[in-house]
Amino acid sequence: MAEENSEFDLVIESGRLKKNYWNDLWRFRELFLFLAWRDILVRYKQTIIGLAWSIIRPFLTMIVFTIVFGRLAKFPSEGVPYPILVYAAMLPWQFFSTSFSDASNSLLNNSNMLTKIYFPRLIIPVSTVIVNLVDFLISFLILIGLMIWYHFVPSWNIIYLPLFLGLALITSIGTGVYVAALNVKYRDFKYIVPFVVQFGMQISPVGYSSNVIPEQYRLLYSLNPMVGVIDGFRWCILGDKSHIYLPGLLLSIGLIILLLILGIWYFRKMEKTFADII
Amino acid sequence: MSVVIKVEHLSKSYIIKHQGQSEYVALRDVIADKVKETLQNTKYLVTSKPVIKKPGKEEFWALRDVNFEVKQGERIGIIGRNGAGKSTLLKVLSRITEPTLGRISTKGRIASLLEVGTGFHPELTGRENIFLNGAILGMHRAEIKNKFDEIVTFAEIGKFLDTPVKRYSSGMYVRLAFAVAANLESEMLVVDEVLAVGDADFQRKCLGKMQDVSREEGRTVLFVSHNMAAISKLCNKGILMNNGQIIEDSSIEKVVDSYISTSFQNDIYVLKNKRSEKVIYFEKIYLSRDKLKPINTFSFSDDIYCIFELNGNLVNKETTLTFIIRDRNLSPIFSEHYILSRSEGKFIAVIPKKVLLPGKYYLQSMLHIPNVKFLDNNEEYINFSIEETGSKNAIYNTDLGFVNIPILWEVE
Repeated sequence: MAEENSEFDLVIESGRLKKNYWNDLWRFRELFLFLAWRDILVRYKQTIIGLAWSIIRPFLTMIVFTIVFGRLAKFPSEGVPYPILVYAAMLPWQFFSTSFSDASNSLLNNSNMLTKIYFPRLIIPVSTVIVNLVDFLISFLILIGLMIWYHFVPSWNIIYLPLFLGLALITSIGTGVYVAALNVKYRDFKYIVPFVVQFGMQISPVGYSSNVIPEQYRLLYSLNPMVGVIDGFRWCILGDKSHIYLPGLLLSIGLIILLLILGIWYFRKMEKTFADII
Repeated sequence: MSVVIKVEHLSKSYIIKHQGQSEYVALRDVIADKVKETLQNTKYLVTSKPVIKKPGKEEFWALRDVNFEVKQGERIGIIGRNGAGKSTLLKVLSRITEPTLGRISTKGRIASLLEVGTGFHPELTGRENIFLNGAILGMHRAEIKNKFDEIVTFAEIGKFLDTPVKRYSSGMYVRLAFAVAANLESEMLVVDEVLAVGDADFQRKCLGKMQDVSREEGRTVLFVSHNMAAISKLCNKGILMNNGQIIEDSSIEKVVDSYISTSFQNDIYVLKNKRSEKVIYFEKIYLSRDKLKPINTFSFSDDIYCIFELNGNLVNKETTLTFIIRDRNLSPIFSEHYILSRSEGKFIAVIPKKVLLPGKYYLQSMLHIPNVKFLDNNEEYINFSIEETGSKNAIYNTDLGFVNIPILWEVE
């Protein structure tokens, strides 16, 4: 049988596509960028608000959080201006939450492509995450503005920021592809996604520093993988004033990698039925 | 010639759900069903009465044990009625969906064109869409750059290259989309119904392009169409499908003949399976004398009611119902186009009495957006006949035309 097959370079059989998958992903690598480029182009072509949106949203949230948590609730500010404390966490959270919700809808939004063209489907949710990376960079400019306004000099730790950005990226991809596949299978899942995003913001240290969490609950708190990412961002930007909780960070990293593997595994499992059920 | 596609025992099944169930699976239903099941099982444990499960699902075999081989450079036309499995076969070949059973072995790259302009974004310019669409089809940037001029020339969009495609005419749009796919470097080209869109000029051009790629470049072509003239012209081999199976695999002339001889014997059309992927579709088509009872034989002095029962949604305000009356040789006699204002219900067209002369006729009907897209292309023609009941042609030879037009005479 093997000899007979050798003259053909592709065999299509039920459950057989695995071997070609990663090759194909490589062959279609440019599509990642093209799809991301399309979405960015479309967003900024249609409206100038598109650009402004990625600035206004985190900025307004930051103001509200500063007033509520910093002024009214009087949470400790770690010796840095409260807006910077909030904004340093706002950046990764905003990136994660928009990536997560965009990725969850991405397959349904591109359903016509799914039913008419073959390409590794993983490209679609991942490219939406890449689009949000551009928004992240734009929002980052606000942080620089804030630092100038408050005459705040970031610590040298900032050179590690790309590492934590990478961690945020992996979290977004891992959870994003998972929920994208679930969304195709269960159409009411889209009602769950906004809730997860809202709930996630409350249980992540966005409006406050995670140092307000009592010591004995820190590890439990770190079961939320975004805790490690956000604490990492604060540590990079604010410096050692924001103590990093190492066991929690390691736990978060472990969970993030687990989520990525799980997400891709589930996506791959569901992928072959996408065209039939979408 | 070497075999480039080998299909062995290929089958594909879909699970279809019965009416009353929602179209999609919802998580809450899954949870509710599980709870219900558990409760019933507990009840069974207590009362030991057997639980009767209602079958809510049914298997539908879109392809059943399909076997064929394609040699390099062959041009295969795949023919069959709607729902015969042609499109599913192409989808499996293009790796969009997996087969349930069986295997396909291929040699060389396959370029599929199952729909014109998939992945096009209306906001992007022609130039941007060429690169995007090329990437979606698996081309590298360098490859697209090489082919760029050829694509632009074929699509005739020269000065509109930097205009967003939403401003394109539908003709330009489909030309551009076809140009990108046809210029993809591949050993095989798989094409589904693209000629159903676009004007005659476009169709001729595409057909010419496909002939070029197969004859001059030796590429293999698999082509699905309802256009028998196009298929006979382009292909040298034919495959006739029905109910998911291949019923004939031979020269294109033979296959087209047997398709025509078996296809047009319907007295009434009724949508068979409720599983229609179409946005808007015919549920029932029949002819009647009194708007109620379907009949197929009319007298010359009867009004003929053509009744179309539709269901679905309007795609846009150009959604059109077209019917064509054809003579016994399938040549069109006349046609009528009606722009739909509603998507559901009974649409009744009246062919006034004493218009069609006695003879045998066919009614073909379709739903479409003119020159853009076919929504439901019903190729099951309905036959009917008009009996001679005293037309003024009765005393003449019967092949003196088909239509009676009230001619006014003046003698001076």
